[in-house]
Amino acid sequence: MPIASGPRPKRAPTPDAWLKPGLFLGALVPLASIALRAVSGSLTANPIAEVENELGLAALIFLIASLACTPARRVFGWTWPPRIRRELGLFAFAYASLHVSVYGVLDQTLDVQAMFDDVVKRPFITVGFGALLLLVPLAITSTRASIRRLGFVRWQRLHRLAYVAGILAVIHFIWRVKLDVSQPLTYAVALGVLLLVRVLSWIASDRNRSGLSRRQKGRIVPA
Amino acid sequence: MRTGIPEPPSHEITPEPVYLRRREFITNTARMLGTAVAVGAGMTWLLHAAPAPDVPDPAPLPTLVSTPVARPTFTVPEDPQTAFQSVTTYNNFYEFGVDKDSPARDAHSLVTRPWTIEVGGEVAQPRTIDIEDLLQWFPFEERVYRMRCVEAWSMVIPWLGFPLADLITRLEPTGNARFVEFTTLLDPEQMPGQRDRILKWPYTEGLRLDEAMHPLTLMAVGLYGRTLPNQNGAPVRLVVPWKYGFKGVKSIVKINLTVEQPHTSWRLANPREYGFYANVNPAVDHPRWSQATERRIGEIGRRPTLLFNGYAEQVADLYAGMDLRADF
Repeated sequence: MPIASGPRPKRAPTPDAWLKPGLFLGALVPLASIALRAVSGSLTANPIAEVENELGLAALIFLIASLACTPARRVFGWTWPPRIRRELGLFAFAYASLHVSVYGVLDQTLDVQAMFDDVVKRPFITVGFGALLLLVPLAITSTRASIRRLGFVRWQRLHRLAYVAGILAVIHFIWRVKLDVSQPLTYAVALGVLLLVRVLSWIASDRNRSGLSRRQKGRIVPA
Repeated sequence: MRTGIPEPPSHEITPEPVYLRRREFITNTARMLGTAVAVGAGMTWLLHAAPAPDVPDPAPLPTLVSTPVARPTFTVPEDPQTAFQSVTTYNNFYEFGVDKDSPARDAHSLVTRPWTIEVGGEVAQPRTIDIEDLLQWFPFEERVYRMRCVEAWSMVIPWLGFPLADLITRLEPTGNARFVEFTTLLDPEQMPGQRDRILKWPYTEGLRLDEAMHPLTLMAVGLYGRTLPNQNGAPVRLVVPWKYGFKGVKSIVKINLTVEQPHTSWRLANPREYGFYANVNPAVDHPRWSQATERRIGEIGRRPTLLFNGYAEQVADLYAGMDLRADF
């Protein structure tokens, strides 16, 4: 066993060392799938739209998954979801960035004026762009060092923006659909349920403030 | 005991701690791969990105006419034609589902023979026309038209058909007729998408009589010199090249000449976003997206959208004095 040097406390061996690499590999599957189909020419007759749609939806799914981690711990008592929350959030940001890159490069061919008009004039692009902007500070402050620098309370408050980003992303999705909104509404409902769980547990923890709540006894995980 | 079997050099011998943790290593590798497969499969399922169930190449269909009568004035020589594969696998035909590839996959359930078209309203004599008769009435022409979808993508399609004007003339409209209403087949057995009430079924579209009589307006019965594939609206559909694609009502079973403007499906679904005229116009945006540019299927980047889809010279007169923003 290596001996821990300095004042840093000895860290327990990472539980479930397989979890993050597994997630990482799996999260790259949508990208690999797009690449494979691009090579074989089977991305439908409108490949740019298809790739834009898939990247955007992948971003939304990862964002909602990252928002589901804390509720999953509260409701089911699972400890593993919060440990991959950062990775899920970063994948959401990565897929959102790719989504916007495809829009900018392949769809609008870097026509800045056209893109500016889109952001200003089309509500569905305005909110989508807003969602991406909100994810930028969250991605930048996703490191442990940032939590230390900001202080946990401020960091936590900042990262609640993820919910706002999620709401904007869902609105972006609903507004861009021509008629059949059943798919985007499914994600809106999922997001709504997660928000509700969060609100209910806030209320509950307000009531339990006197005694030690289960949350405080458990492993401290940024909420 | 010496067995004579060569032993591996000592530095290749697995160190004991690693040897003792081999089970852990194997278990962790299996768990990692299991996680990867679960996440990857879950994402693929949610994204519907599974390799599309093979959309078969549309079988070569019998050519309707060996030498189509071409009218070069209507062709668009500078635009390359969109691939047959794209024209027949990327369709909006909600009667077979809202995904672009659903019609190509599912429209085989549509039975196009026998097929009749009921003609009524302001005509000399209401009647029912058999498709086989209709196909004999007029010589087919090849018309290469741009097709601009309201979703801001476009194609160039060589249609085969006859001018709607020829049919209407033959139906002898009365002096009261001002509009033409077209209706698609209503049969959820053949058209499973009609079980979802996303639009008011049956799909209904309409034109002003002078639009219907315009020489560009086509009743299409084929494309690329072949019989119209089911997913493109077999056996007979409307093509109005200067209007958004949703005006091109497919699989027509009823033609009604009317005094009042018909209630058309998309306008009923959302009158703020879809007008009766639906003329292609880069200056009149859809409330939620720009109509200034379009993606030509098969191309990277975007093309500027042309007023009346590039047919302004032929059709602008029809709308003289009208406010195209109000009557969009």
